[in-house]
Amino acid sequence: MIIPLPHVLLFSLALFGIGAYGVLTRRNIIGILISIELMLNAAGINLIAFSKTTALAPETGQIFAVFVIAIAAMTATVGLAIVLALYRARKTVFADEVNLLKW
Amino acid sequence: MDILNFGIKVGIYALMAGTLVLAVGVVTLRNLFHSALCLAATLIGTAALYLVFHAEFLAAVQILLYVGAVVTVIIFAIMLTEHIAERSVAQRNRQSLPALLGILVLIAVTGRILLKTPWAVNPATVGARVTVADLGAALMGTYVFPFELVSVILIAALIGAVIVAKKEKSS
Repeated sequence: MIIPLPHVLLFSLALFGIGAYGVLTRRNIIGILISIELMLNAAGINLIAFSKTTALAPETGQIFAVFVIAIAAMTATVGLAIVLALYRARKTVFADEVNLLKW
Repeated sequence: MDILNFGIKVGIYALMAGTLVLAVGVVTLRNLFHSALCLAATLIGTAALYLVFHAEFLAAVQILLYVGAVVTVIIFAIMLTEHIAERSVAQRNRQSLPALLGILVLIAVTGRILLKTPWAVNPATVGARVTVADLGAALMGTYVFPFELVSVILIAALIGAVIVAKKEKSS
């Protein structure tokens, strides 16, 4: 390891925090999806860092990161399909204007 | 040799800082298209960080799948819905301040925990070089069940996305 493990973990923690801020404050649903991708990426960095330092078998973390990337691709596909269907039905992409079920 | 090591370290920290700045751009830029471009740059920065950890295959997959496919799909969706995102429309809700405070608390607590934790570094893992052949053997051996499960989920997501986004016939 060239740089100590906690520095990498702090970096991915900051990346996760930025993504979480985006999820909580964006109004546009596509913006929320983009922020979710950031958070998934932070998790992937952690997996790779642990697979290089503390894991029992060196390839475990990389396998998990592959699965994370596959799931993220699915999230983007299904999420954006839902956004397009919503846009067609309600003519909006803002999360707080979709209030049909809100009491 | 010392100077070379120092240079590499400075380069890695600069890469991390640049990636964080771009990530801040992703969540704060008003124009979603610019935000998606920032996301692509952030993902490339992450891929470079994977290279630092000798995960070359993962870096290639990251660029191919994330930058090549996911960002393209996101930009496609932004283009299809863009004329709703005009300049006068507010792009964020009223939760900015509470969200910022909560996330700062989260980062402070978690950061303190992970700085205090004694990470048990496994010397055998640090020296190991994982090749693509190792990854393939692990996927087909130990992790064959999750691998098959992911392929089933991929098919389900594909069919589901087509059905959800399909134009409904007016009956």
